[in-house]
Amino acid sequence: MNKKNGQKKRSRFGVYFLAFVILVYLLLFVLQPEATQIALKVSGHLLVKIIPIFLLVILFMGITNYFLHPKIVSKYLGKTSGFKGWLLATSTGILSHGPIYAWYPLLKELRDHGMRSGLVAVFLYNRAIKIPLLPLMIYYFGINFVVILLIYMIIASLLEGKIIEIVER
Amino acid sequence: MKKQPVERERKRLAHSLWKAFKSFSTFVPILLGVILSAGLFQSFLSKNMIASLFAGQILRDTLIGTLIGSILAGNPITSYVIGGELLKSGVSLFAVTAFIVAWVTVGVVQYPAEADILGRRFSALRNLLSFILAILVSMATVMTLRLIP
Repeated sequence: MNKKNGQKKRSRFGVYFLAFVILVYLLLFVLQPEATQIALKVSGHLLVKIIPIFLLVILFMGITNYFLHPKIVSKYLGKTSGFKGWLLATSTGILSHGPIYAWYPLLKELRDHGMRSGLVAVFLYNRAIKIPLLPLMIYYFGINFVVILLIYMIIASLLEGKIIEIVER
Repeated sequence: MKKQPVERERKRLAHSLWKAFKSFSTFVPILLGVILSAGLFQSFLSKNMIASLFAGQILRDTLIGTLIGSILAGNPITSYVIGGELLKSGVSLFAVTAFIVAWVTVGVVQYPAEADILGRRFSALRNLLSFILAILVSMATVMTLRLIP
């Protein structure tokens, strides 16, 4: 019952937020039609790119529902997961694709199944490290910079996860 | 006789996928709102506008870099390109590093969706910590880099 109420509340907030953004678009269209049209085009491109990720996330959510019982999630990503849990959240965060917000629903599903909040934060932070983009980053900033930055970012992700767990305890 | 469990499992899998689809559909309005907001930011803020915000003081610029990186959203490639341009125009590496780190770790545009789906307290804390860590990571990276001959 509570879950249903939460879902209703969430979808209502989402609709209000979307309505607000559309209103901003309409207002900006009157003031600056050209820039607003470009914004709409940029958003359209983003949407087209993100649809496959959304489908992947729905598939993952379905598989999570089917295979992952709370006991399994707890074992690998729960309170007793230990070092393996941190390693799993870091590596899957690095390997995951697409924009960060596409992954929120799946993470919510996993957390509802027993995933630790700290590991959710670790996953989200490590999404910043994208292996396919590394050559481009090296081109712009040099290999030394990229290697040092990545090491510090992984340390920062673990630190963030730990602090969140301490605060939420 | 053996087909029955297979059939049951197939039905259970279909049901799981349907449940996932239904659950995901409740997130669609907020995700659309975030995508539309990202388009607005990318279209209305030019590279020159961003470069003009930096004044040449390392600490202040690092903070500004973190702030702009937190507000802007999009593909990390865009942050590398803008970061590269900023470096060329004389902005410090501290500020540029903080900018590209905050770009992917702090999400002002995505915040409504994150708070709505993962919880307000968790999202506020995560974004605040990521903001502070972007500054610290930038300082540590550039200082370590300077130690390398």
